[in-house]
Amino acid sequence: MSRRARLVLGLGSLAALAVLAVWAVGGLPDVGHPRGPYADLAPRIMLDERHVTNTVTGVTFDLRGFDTLGEELILFVAALGAAVLLRAQRDERAEEEAAAAEERRGPETTDALRALGAVLVGPVLLLGVYVVAHGALTPGGGFQGGVLLAGALLLVYAAGQVAAVQRVRPVAFVEVADAVGAASYVLLAVGGLVFGVAAMDNFLPLGTAGSLLSGGIVPVLSVAVGVEVTAAVTLILSEFVDQMMLRGSDR
Amino acid sequence: MSALQTVCLLAVAVAGTATVLTRDPLRQAVASGGLGLSLAVLFLAFGAPDVALSQIVVAGVAVPVMVLLTLAKIRTDERAGARGEGEEQ
Repeated sequence: MSRRARLVLGLGSLAALAVLAVWAVGGLPDVGHPRGPYADLAPRIMLDERHVTNTVTGVTFDLRGFDTLGEELILFVAALGAAVLLRAQRDERAEEEAAAAEERRGPETTDALRALGAVLVGPVLLLGVYVVAHGALTPGGGFQGGVLLAGALLLVYAAGQVAAVQRVRPVAFVEVADAVGAASYVLLAVGGLVFGVAAMDNFLPLGTAGSLLSGGIVPVLSVAVGVEVTAAVTLILSEFVDQMMLRGSDR
Repeated sequence: MSALQTVCLLAVAVAGTATVLTRDPLRQAVASGGLGLSLAVLFLAFGAPDVALSQIVVAGVAVPVMVLLTLAKIRTDERAGARGEGEEQ
């Protein structure tokens, strides 16, 4: 296809897409006035019946908690798959070379990056724990906080503290944490079956709305997901970093 | 729609266009991180802080890191491949 024909085809498609987009946006309800009853009902249900002030977390871990169970297990399987696929290509000699490559890598990191990483680790860790723990009260929850916590470990790595990373993310521990997080969610779902009337049914005291320990099983589920996500993301990222190191050690 | 929301929408449009027009994958990873963060501010301006938080951690942390690691791996592979051919000759 000639350059001119491609240009005509591309601009024509873009123009058609623009017309459709403008038409679609014109038919949207005004911002803050959605159609349907759920936008008004969900916050009331979550506050009255579960004492959860953050409706989004309440919906995620209660009204549609079973979907979240599936999503959590998807991430668990994804981390498992990444570990199985990437580790199959590794042998002991390569591991030794990777360790040597990591040692060589140390001095290449600039002082500014090391300092920035070291300064940011503490605040990001604290923010991650806060976001996980306050999921039922303020915006946030297990998933967001979990990725933040994994990001804090990444900062340790960016700071060039490779030895420190090996200490803070011993693979065996991360794997166990991944499994414990995923299993806790399933056990809490089964707990509803044992102590309540159905799976995912709330069986813990609801507490005072707005206090840290309120909302029944919602904050507990949030922490379980937080542990699982932190471990899964750490596992996936560290497998990729190890792969990169292996290739780097060929030099 | 408030002025803040309009500014946020324009910022997303600019960041998105910049990401598409960037040709070097390394710079593109950074540009797409910028697009993700501008989207996060947009979500915040439209009253969806939970979505904004998810957007920040996924687009600002997870995606750029995966792209950068992949690029680093491809580049070391290419370097190793080029050297291997040199040794054979």
